[in-house]
Amino acid sequence: MKLVKTGTAGTMESNDIMVTLDPKEAGGVQIALSSSVMQQFGRQIEAVIRQTLTELGVAHATVDAVDKGALDCTVRARVRAAAYRAAENQEYDWGIM
Amino acid sequence: MMFVPGNNPGMIKDAGIYGADSVMFDLEDSVAITEKDAARFLVFQALKTLDFGKKEIVVRINDLNSGLGIQDLEAIVRAGVHVVRLPKTDSAEDVVFCEKEIERIERAAGIPVGTTGMMAAIESANGVLNAKEIAHSSDRLIGIALGAEDYVTDLKTTRSDGVELLFARCMILNAARSAGIDALDTVYSDVNNEQGFIEEATLIKKLGFDGKSVINPRQIDPLHKVFMPSEKDLEKARAIMAAIADANAKGSGVASLNGKMIDKPVVLRAQRMLALAEVSQTDEGEEV
Repeated sequence: MKLVKTGTAGTMESNDIMVTLDPKEAGGVQIALSSSVMQQFGRQIEAVIRQTLTELGVAHATVDAVDKGALDCTVRARVRAAAYRAAENQEYDWGIM
Repeated sequence: MMFVPGNNPGMIKDAGIYGADSVMFDLEDSVAITEKDAARFLVFQALKTLDFGKKEIVVRINDLNSGLGIQDLEAIVRAGVHVVRLPKTDSAEDVVFCEKEIERIERAAGIPVGTTGMMAAIESANGVLNAKEIAHSSDRLIGIALGAEDYVTDLKTTRSDGVELLFARCMILNAARSAGIDALDTVYSDVNNEQGFIEEATLIKKLGFDGKSVINPRQIDPLHKVFMPSEKDLEKARAIMAAIADANAKGSGVASLNGKMIDKPVVLRAQRMLALAEVSQTDEGEEV
């Protein structure tokens, strides 16, 4: 999946995470994460973000994520929504999600 | 059936803990048009990941004519939703169209055809007048429901003491009974008016509805109290079933209790009451 613009999904509400993706040409995925549970779950949240982007075939991106205690499934959902928006892609392949 | 906005992760996470018999994640009216895609991703991931125990999980999709509804189906059928709630059902053709789309997706995803159930929400004068055809239109239908807010708008009136809904409720109820499926009543929007909610729940139970949609966990317990048979009613039901068993043991075709003959409708009501009590106790056990 090729990102072509900034894509954002999620809210600042409790149990949610706001994810903003920006396209990059090279340099891999760089994640700036702030979380209300950074000490306990920061590494786990970052791993879920990376894994989700890998599944989508996004090799290079800047990720800004503000977490308010989101479950892993919420992190995955918000990263996917942000990525599809950033790619201006509405051809969802639910079979591989 | 508790309504849960489909783009609210906190409410989705906690949806299973309040004791509702079923949970309905909403992709339609409670989701802003700009967030339809995000809500769809969220509900999809929640269905695939979270364990809601024995709760029946329903998703209300968007109108199939909007283009959003098909995308909703593509996601939630693959995620294994128990029941698809079709909004604004005006005719049997609406149900048949939705059913064909569900079947197409089930086949594409390798899901046994027929796995996904359906429920049709009737929200217009046309829908009410077509209630019987709608109720009989698909083997997947587990029930039909009244959506009152759109319906009263279509009637050019507003919600008041319930008299404006009486015809629709009776039509939907009789259509459901004709088809052997459930009849579910509409939401009561004023969550701070518990007395008004209880009065409406009592009315629809008297009419014969199987349940009611709720929009706040606070409405679940009062609703269950209205629908739960009293201990006196349960004692009578047990006595009826004991008298039937006794008559059967004696080879008698006629049973009586306290000098009154017990005929078939009385037995059916007693069986239904005991089944309802059993289910309620099971649910309470699950909560603990």
